Amino acid sequence: MAQPASFKYVSRKRRVREDRRFVSGQATFVSDVTPAGTLHAAVVTSPYACARIAAIDASEALAMPGVHLVVGGQDLAAATDPLLVGVDAPLVIRYPLAVDRARYAGEWVAAVVADSRALAEDAREKIRIDYEPLPFLLDGEAAYKADSTPVHPDHGSNVLLDKRFVWGDVDEAFAAAPHKGAYRVKWGRSATVPIETFGVVASWDPWREMLDVWASIQMPKFADQIARALRMPLNGVRVHQDVDVGGSYGVKRGIKHAVLAGYLSRRLSRPVKLIEDRLENMCGGDMHGPERVFDVELAFDGAGLVHAMRMRALDNVGAYAGRSPLQLGKPVGSIVGPYRIGAVAYHAIAVTTNKTPQEAVRGFGQSPTNYAIETGIDRVAEALALDRLEVRRRNFIRAEEFPYLIPSGTTYDSGDYHTVVAKTLDRLGWEALVAERDRLRTTGQLAGIGVASCLEPSGGNSSFEPLLNTKNTTTTWMESCRIMVDALGAITLTIHTTSSGQGHETLAATVAGEVLQIDPDRIRVVRATSLESLPSNSPVGSRMAIMLGGAVHHAAGQVRDKLIAIAAHRLGAPASALRYRDGGVEHPASGRAMEWIDLATIAHRHFHLLPPGMAPGLAFDHILQVPTGLELPTPDGRVQMYPCFSFEFHVVLVAIDPEIGKPQIRRYVIGHDCGTVINPDIVRGMTLGGIAHGIGAALLEEFAYDGEGQLVAQSFMDYLLPSAHEVPEVEIVHHVTPSPNTVLGQKGSGESGYLGAPAALSSAINDAVRPLGIRFEVLPMRISAIGDAIAEAVRRQETSKGASR
Amino acid sequence: MRVELSVNGRTVAVDVEPRRTLLDCLREDVGLDGTHAGCEHGVCGACTILLDGEPVRSCLMLAVQGDGHAITTIEGLSPGPGELSVLQDAFCETHGLQCGYCTPGMILAGQALLARTLSPSRAEIVEAISGNICRCTGYGQIVEAIALAAQRLRAANRKAGGA
Amino acid sequence: MKPVAFDYARPTSVPEACALLAGDENARVLAGGQTLIPMLAMRLARPSRLVDIARIPELSGTRDTGTHVVIGAATRQAVAERDPLVARKAPLLAKALPWVGHAPTRNRGTIGGSIANGDPAAEIPLVAVTLDAALVVETIAETSELTAVDFYLGPMITALPEGGILTSVRFPVWADGRIGTGFHEVSARKSDFAIVAAAAQVALDADGRCTALALGIGGAGDTPVRLDGVAQALIGSRLEEEAVREAVEAATAELETADDLHASAAYRRRVAATLARRAILDARDEAAGGRHAR
Repeated sequence: MAQPASFKYVSRKRRVREDRRFVSGQATFVSDVTPAGTLHAAVVTSPYACARIAAIDASEALAMPGVHLVVGGQDLAAATDPLLVGVDAPLVIRYPLAVDRARYAGEWVAAVVADSRALAEDAREKIRIDYEPLPFLLDGEAAYKADSTPVHPDHGSNVLLDKRFVWGDVDEAFAAAPHKGAYRVKWGRSATVPIETFGVVASWDPWREMLDVWASIQMPKFADQIARALRMPLNGVRVHQDVDVGGSYGVKRGIKHAVLAGYLSRRLSRPVKLIEDRLENMCGGDMHGPERVFDVELAFDGAGLVHAMRMRALDNVGAYAGRSPLQLGKPVGSIVGPYRIGAVAYHAIAVTTNKTPQEAVRGFGQSPTNYAIETGIDRVAEALALDRLEVRRRNFIRAEEFPYLIPSGTTYDSGDYHTVVAKTLDRLGWEALVAERDRLRTTGQLAGIGVASCLEPSGGNSSFEPLLNTKNTTTTWMESCRIMVDALGAITLTIHTTSSGQGHETLAATVAGEVLQIDPDRIRVVRATSLESLPSNSPVGSRMAIMLGGAVHHAAGQVRDKLIAIAAHRLGAPASALRYRDGGVEHPASGRAMEWIDLATIAHRHFHLLPPGMAPGLAFDHILQVPTGLELPTPDGRVQMYPCFSFEFHVVLVAIDPEIGKPQIRRYVIGHDCGTVINPDIVRGMTLGGIAHGIGAALLEEFAYDGEGQLVAQSFMDYLLPSAHEVPEVEIVHHVTPSPNTVLGQKGSGESGYLGAPAALSSAINDAVRPLGIRFEVLPMRISAIGDAIAEAVRRQETSKGASR
Repeated sequence: MRVELSVNGRTVAVDVEPRRTLLDCLREDVGLDGTHAGCEHGVCGACTILLDGEPVRSCLMLAVQGDGHAITTIEGLSPGPGELSVLQDAFCETHGLQCGYCTPGMILAGQALLARTLSPSRAEIVEAISGNICRCTGYGQIVEAIALAAQRLRAANRKAGGA
Repeated sequence: MKPVAFDYARPTSVPEACALLAGDENARVLAGGQTLIPMLAMRLARPSRLVDIARIPELSGTRDTGTHVVIGAATRQAVAERDPLVARKAPLLAKALPWVGHAPTRNRGTIGGSIANGDPAAEIPLVAVTLDAALVVETIAETSELTAVDFYLGPMITALPEGGILTSVRFPVWADGRIGTGFHEVSARKSDFAIVAAAAQVALDADGRCTALALGIGGAGDTPVRLDGVAQALIGSRLEEEAVREAVEAATAELETADDLHASAAYRRRVAATLARRAILDARDEAAGGRHAR
């Protein structure tokens, strides 16, 4: 495949064309969509963490002018099918509204439809619901115990998933290892929390028997799941994919919202608009992220080489399942990180509690797992008094070892971790950074440097689904592109998904332009509705550069090849004697050439000039299957997951005033290798945004609950999102190790920065406080917890100093 | 209640309930939906407009408080249909956005800063946008956009020989 | 998050505003709206009517009476922030104002609104309590004056009388000696309400001895508090670091502090002492640097 230096458009600076509509306020987000006759919905939420719903009295609400309908869970249960569960737990049943029992505080219990959102909110206050509070459970470890009260009594326990995998001779490796270490870390419940909440407009047309849906959505098979739940044919649901989505980073799956809005619309034969307000979103939007306890043991030798790892990961998923337990499965595809760990035992547990359900968060479980692994590598270095960088270098898979098969069955495509680290350290001036840390320490500050090296699996082969649920035998993960060259020679690409800021239109045009050697700005990109769409699996799993890029590449290649074939016929020369250049085809031997417009005209208008057997027109579809992982998992749980593995290496310098405990990031450098970069500005933006998100998860953000099962961080006053003050300038050191699995050597970068920043910040803060003999093992690391721990350690040190005099 | 609002240089009369926020009024009664609702309690800044040239959160104003002020929304920045101001264009040049949801508020915060100074320091730019939360970009390319716009406006002033 | 329905009135004078409030016990004052409107959005506040006082002329503006800087309650925080009179004669307020929310909220929020709201972690009430500002309140029946120290009874609970409007805030001007101020705050993010904050103002004589000292702590407990014990201990001294540290630790040892999502009670108590010490030392250094009272 081509090397970066020879690309004409790929890897070059190019404006992201989508930006124009956003800077002018001309985008179309779902709240901007208001078909004629739209009615507005609001939901009533449970005040209790667990309660039987004894009665719902909507009479007063329904009597109010402008109020059209009130529904409860029973209505949904009678008319719709339950929402899909990703794991094998058929008795964990979920409808858009609670049926008979509310299982978390904030769960949606009833819905009101009125002429305006304000009227709907007025009306919902008049709905009387009789609750009988029941005992509730919040703690994940408690939920794992067999005697805990099940959140879903029919399911019989709180365990949604409890799977053990053993890859390699783990016990033997532990028995033989000269050193062992064990530790526990906890990843607190946070999420991506986009600035736009989830919203949906559903409009049922009884005359055409069509349900039109506009939604702020990032969800594979969204139309499928709506149709299935509403018991409609799939081609009776039309999802409009040209809605701009105001950020998602995984969480906007909105299936309960869409089924609810669809149901309401079918009842009323009017468009119904359901836009979560921020309170509905935080408690009941079901968009929380992993809440995970990791217990890890490492077996290592005196050189710091890690021979085996045992990892137990317990995730508190909340009151319903959805796809979230699968976030324990995705990390299996890179379970050893960038290291040559030969044997792994992995125990994945997902439990239900009376908390808000989780949804897919950027990385799908990868960032918490990286945090757990990187903590261990630092511990190994500490135990042996070795340099943390050196331990990493010794354990890294080496560039010449790729493709590299890891114990759990995935092959890493390519990488050069040593070079990225060396390049980064050289660019940032490692010795000077260490000197700066030491200088800060002499001024009375605590100061630490954190390092983290981790992988971004990309390409979205979701074989963790059949891995964790053997009843799921899906092996198809595809993406598509249609390319059309019209009779006047203009090029239009169609893509078949929504986007939420990733610049897919620009990406697609750039790849097509590269193949056709035509300026990408001349290529128009449009989106189809779900009815006209070729298959797509949505921008999840850091897959679109690979999959959409691949589909576009192939589709554009078919156009090019057809033009060559037409020219070959017209010029009377074999295709092998012709050269495609800049949209035309030339025959170097004779100097004759045919240009783009002439070839397009022949395709469209001069059938008599086409080669025999060739169809007219100039349009191609390409449906691309993910390049690796075409088999189901083996019985012992080995499977090829994602095709491509990007690499990132973080170095952070943190200073802490010991009397205050507030970490200040003084320097942040990241080395990043995502293979061939299609658009540099897009990739840079992803990395910087991911780091900001990781800072939030490490230091600021938490969905905290009180003893009554109430979400304490219900609004932006208590759920703290990093502002520009909290995110430092970040230097990115770039490297390219192309992937052998993709058309241009590209890998994914949609999760970059987020996957390693929490680990790096934990490493830095722990380096800062190590002289005090303390460490932090829970995220987020709040100012108060840091301050209190430092104060206690200082007090202990002073006491023991006093005692020893 | 009837209220006369001056929006992007035009006077618009609306009839609204007192409880209607200026945000909802601009979006739904005036028909300018470039200003966005992110939290409706004044923290995220997605609803930022300029009131007499200064950034305010339109979710924290009632429409009935809006008379007698000059209101500028993102739509008011474009010099004409299909045209971008220097600042809007700078955001496109540096890719100072991804999903675009916080962008109108961010640009208006930048606009207000550049009206005060064409030589803002990085710290001043950060302070000016610190009331606008972005979940996509990590702020780096946003700061660069505002700095680039400042540079271009300074250069334009020099060319024009202006003050 | 749409508010309940309410009426809206925009009186043009204070007596008219008071009459509206007296006539309806569920009517509420609207000034900047930066704290009220979020409460309306969450339906925590459910007024029957809002009485908008933001444009009543006599409620805006700052003036110098010699002994006080008087700030109209509806004066925008951003306007006070830029006011040279405030900078010169109410320097502690000037120092605290950049910490109040964000520039966009200061463009609308008012001095009086923040004081009347009574959030224990808010910066302007802390300054008012530290300097024991006088709060002028009008009802339909009378005009009265309350001290800031007496005004705060609990979190968001004040001594504002039924139907009362805060019309102005009188910050005492320190006329004698060299004046310095200090303000320190810890918050998770710069714009947030304080986890804990300390405000200090000192006056030094020509020899560098402290002749007056005011210290307040915010964000720690249910209300901002003024630590008079610290003043008593340190007046007459040169505010040496050890003396300041001791006085502050003694005064904060018994401080009632709150435990919540953002910080433990122990953290607030301990850091209150740290910030108080730093604020006093900053104020001392600023005063020694030659600021003169005018």
